[in-house]
This record gives sequence, structure tokens and C-alpha cells, in this order.
Amino acid sequence: MNTHTQLATYNFAYLDEQTKRMIRRAILKAIAIPGYQVPFASREMPMPYGWGTGGVQVTASVLGPDDTLKVIDQGADDTTNAVSIRAFFQKVANVAVTTRTADATIIQTRHRIPEETLNEGQILVYQVPIPEPLRFLEPRETETRKMHALEEYGLMHVKLYEDIARNGHIATTYAYPVKVEGRYVMDPSPTPKFDNPKMHKSQALQLFGAGREKRIYAIPPYTDVISLDFEDHPFEVQSFEEPCALCAACDVYLDEVILDDLGGRMFVCSDTDHCEKRRADGHVGPLAGETAETAP
Amino acid sequence: MYVAVKGGEAAISNAHKLLADRRRGDRSVPAMHIEQIIEQLGLAVDRIMSEGSLYDRELAALAFKQARGDMIEAIFLLRAYRTTLPRFGYSNPIDTGAMLIERRISATYKDLPGGQLLGPTFDYTHRLLDPELMGSDAVEEPQTREGNDARTPRVSEILAHEGLIEDDGDLPDDHQTGDLTREPMEFPMTRDVRLQALSRADEGFLLALGYSTQRGFARSHPFAGEIRIGEVDIEIDVPELGFAVSLGRIRVTECQMINQFKGSAKSPPQFTRGYGLVFGQSERKAMAMSLVDRTLRATELGEDLTAPAQDEEFVISHSDNVQATGFVEHLKLPHYVDFQAELDLVRRMRAEYEQTHDGETPDDDGLEAAQ
Repeated sequence: MNTHTQLATYNFAYLDEQTKRMIRRAILKAIAIPGYQVPFASREMPMPYGWGTGGVQVTASVLGPDDTLKVIDQGADDTTNAVSIRAFFQKVANVAVTTRTADATIIQTRHRIPEETLNEGQILVYQVPIPEPLRFLEPRETETRKMHALEEYGLMHVKLYEDIARNGHIATTYAYPVKVEGRYVMDPSPTPKFDNPKMHKSQALQLFGAGREKRIYAIPPYTDVISLDFEDHPFEVQSFEEPCALCAACDVYLDEVILDDLGGRMFVCSDTDHCEKRRADGHVGPLAGETAETAP
Repeated sequence: MYVAVKGGEAAISNAHKLLADRRRGDRSVPAMHIEQIIEQLGLAVDRIMSEGSLYDRELAALAFKQARGDMIEAIFLLRAYRTTLPRFGYSNPIDTGAMLIERRISATYKDLPGGQLLGPTFDYTHRLLDPELMGSDAVEEPQTREGNDARTPRVSEILAHEGLIEDDGDLPDDHQTGDLTREPMEFPMTRDVRLQALSRADEGFLLALGYSTQRGFARSHPFAGEIRIGEVDIEIDVPELGFAVSLGRIRVTECQMINQFKGSAKSPPQFTRGYGLVFGQSERKAMAMSLVDRTLRATELGEDLTAPAQDEEFVISHSDNVQATGFVEHLKLPHYVDFQAELDLVRRMRAEYEQTHDGETPDDDGLEAAQ
């Protein structure tokens, strides 16, 4: 039995070339119809569904030997799943990896868009759990596809309106629906709505992969991406009352870190690369000194 | 003290080392051989092959060992390997009528051409723990006889002569058999693709759904027309040769459920059928599959849609255990960015609530302190 030797041979970036071609076709179609969810024959990947298989398949299909890859989860390069996906591509594609946003040609992300503005030529690959923005309003795929085809988005506006009627404001904080190029309502993946404005007219190509749900969609560079709202209740992003405790950054998304069981807490940048870069540039937050050395 | 989520790399590597250790267990106990798993835990191997949709006993046994006996993990391992294999072509449909039968029973006829063969079944065993198996058990040789080369007609072929049971059903001449693993799923499905999905669906999920139909949620009045287990040839057409050649044999379990049907606007009163086919020996799965297959034909047969088991999108979308386990378990990945956003929202809403409900704040000092 020579199964062992057979098992060891995988193609560059894991997927076979036929599969990559199929996925690239889906990506091209997605780029041609911004915000439209293109069905594709998603493959089983060696990591579980729901853990980034869609993003991994998209990345594997656009990745070349000369690319530099960055992988983030929750904005951070060193969260376990980001480490695992980065290690996967180092192993199966042997590509250069980086944690620096500006140096990366492809950035695979879960739940965040980097703080640093992305540039032309960069590709941001999102991992998407539920690609259908209407899914929690209408569970049936047969129905939601019809609604998109007819541009029938009244249900979504009613939902947002009901939020306002009940709470005085829209109670969606992440995966906040957007309209792409004036046509398709799209789920931006569970990024906080704080990141929505970064999608608008971004210079980078944005690709979205949902492995389990077998959908790919895209936002080409310089595309209009407008968060849904009402004239009298305009879209607003979250704001934080204090700056990052480590790098003193304002206007960035912060993670709340619990310091003790007495309500003590600090807020730090969710984007670790951005925070490190700022600290290297000499920005110092109020708690920077006492925490820098305690990380294991 | 602020402990950042650093060190993910070292943590993962150490966790995997520990996993390898736990998988091996006490080193003074001999390690399990793949052959032992294939030979002595054959039904586990069968289930992994069936839901992993790859017929390879060695790899299934390897996956079972590597997964520490976790079925769904083993199925996942096999699927992730299968997906990398090139597709050389499609075999011809297997002919279960020509099966080399090891077990074949019908609940609708006392006797029928080809006879009833109990074969290796748990049925009619008394479920008493056998202390002899605690040691190395010596087992008597079983009674065997020469295989019978004659075709054993399927029970549906027998009934078909009377016109009381529906045919195998026709697909348009230009119909290309779908491939669940190569094309994105679309609803409504054609029956060929639906059967593919059911054949690799989670056994427990199908069992529960099939059971629900017996308890009145879309009752389908089933009879086990026939269950047969045995080996069939896999043949592939080779264009250069102009005829089909055999690639080998696989063991399958086939179940034909016969269902009473009082007729509808679309079809006359007759017996309809549900179909189940799975790799290896897995009667429970094949039976559950045929129940669910029949129930999912409700629209086609013009029946009222009243129960979950009749809802194709519901059943098929949630039947794949590799998908299901991945998405359920992804909840343990960090979600703190989204949670932060929700925390912020709840704080705001809570503050608004307290403003409007002056003096009657719920008894929650901790939260106030936190503010």
C-alpha cells in the first residue's frame, strides 16, 4: 500500500487547478456583478466549515508564488485561527507572509477590515458565515434569490424601521447591510458596522467567500458601498469614549479587555498591526508602559 | 494585568502534541492496527466511508484511528482527502439485481424469488453483554455455501408486472446525472442529486427524520419491500475499448421502501417507493434514507406539505454533518469584535431604559458598578 506517499502530494495552495479555475470563474462573475452572490461548488477543506473555508478557497485560487499573505481574525494576526490559516498557506503554498498591512498583497480576514487604508493591487478576502443579508428575515434560499432578482428589499427596510420604532435607533451593530453600486443588498460579513465606510470606494479588490453556503461575491475597486439607513436616521458608526490604552489611537475600533473582576478594564486597538506600528512611531497610550512586558 | 492573545502559534503546537498523546493513550497498551479496525470495527468503517463518500476501507480506518473514534471527525478527514482527488470519469449505474447477496430480506412477502437470507445481522440477538468478549474470543467458523450467480430480482421488479407499483421513474433523455460534489446545490433539486445528498447525510439526522414520519409528521405508510446487502461490480465505460470494464467490487446496502398511496390529481392510486442506498453495511441508514426520500417526494406526488421531513430545503441544507459540525463548533472561535459591538449597544439601550424607568432599575449592582 502506498497510500502514505499519495497522501503527501498536494497541489500549490492545496486546491487542484481545475477547482481553482472553477473558483476563479465564480470570482470573475462576482466582480462583474458587484454584490451578487455567485453559487460555486465549494470543496471540503482541511479545516472545518464555519472556520474560514470560503475565504481559504478564494485565497487559494488567487494566490500566486510571489504574493505576500496576511491573515487576521478579529483584527489580530496572532489569534489562533489566523495563525492556523497562515500556517496552512505557508505549508501548502510556501508563500511569504507578513503581519504588516501595507506589505501584504492578499489579506484574508475574519470580522475586521484593517485600519490602514488599502491600496490598489491589494486584495482583501473576507470569510463569510452567512452570505445572505436577508437570511434571518426569510430562511428559504429559493425565496431570497427571488427577492434579490426583483430588487425586493422592502423587508430589510421594514426590519430597520422596526428597530427604530422600538429602540429609537437601528439595533444592528455588525454584519450591517449595505447596498452595492445601487443594486444588490449585501452582507459585509460579521464585521462591526464601524468598518462599513472602509468598503466604500476602496482601492482594493474585496472578495467574499462563504464555503459552507457555497457562495462567492465581490466588490471591485472604486465601487459604491452604502450602508442602509433613513434620511432622518442616518447611518452612524460606533465611537469610543477613550483612545487605545497602548497607542493612544482615536477613531479606531477597540477591544475591551477585562483587567480584574472589579469592573476594571482597558480598551486596546483590535487591529494589532496598526497598534504596533503606532507604538513603533512613538505614540504612547496611558497604560502602554505597564503592559508591554506582561504578555507571555 | 493585560495578557494579550499572543502565543497562538505555540499554543496550537502544544495542543496538537497533547492531542497526539491522548490519542495514543497508555503506551503500555498495544497500538491499534489499521487491519484490526477494518476487520473488527467494520461497521464504523462502513459509516465513515458512506458519509465521507469515499469507498476506501484502509483510509476510513486510518481516519477512525486518527479521530480517536469520533465518527464525524473521521468522516471529515476522509472528505477533506476525497475532495483533492482528480475525477477521471463516472461509472455506470450499479446493478443491484446482480448483487452477490449476503443478506436480503423482505417484509412484504413471506417468500420471493431468490429467497430470504438473514446474513450477518444484529436482529434477533439478545442484547446481553457478552463477557467472553472481554478476553480474546475464539469464534466458530460460520456456515457458508457457494455464491449464486443468478440474478436476484429486486422486489420492485416483481411487483412492477402488475402495474401496482410505480416504475423507477424517468428523467429526460438529455438529463446529465448531477454531481453534488462538483456543482453548487440548487433548490428545488432533481431526485438524483437529492439521493446523493441523502446517501452521505448524517445517519442520526436521517434516522430522526424518518422516525418523525412514522409518528405522524407526514405519514407515508411504509413497508420494507426489500433490504439487501452485498457486493456489486463497479463498471466504467472506456471509450477506447468500446465496452465497460470492471474496476472492482464494493459492498452496498440497498433499501426499497414501498408506500401506500391513495392517489392524487397527478398520480393514480398505487404503491410508491422510497429509495435508500449507502456504502457498506448500514441498514439503519438505508432504511431511514428511503423513508426520507419518499417523504421528500411530496411535491412531486401532489401531497399536502405539513411536516419538516417533507421540506427539501430544510432537510438537505441541514443533513450534512461535516457542514453542521463546522458551523456549530465555529462558535468557539473568537467573536470579541462583534461581541464588543453588541456590548456597546446593550449598554446604550440599558442606559436609555434606566432613564425612562427612573428609580425602578432591576436589582443588578454589579452592572451599575461596571458603569
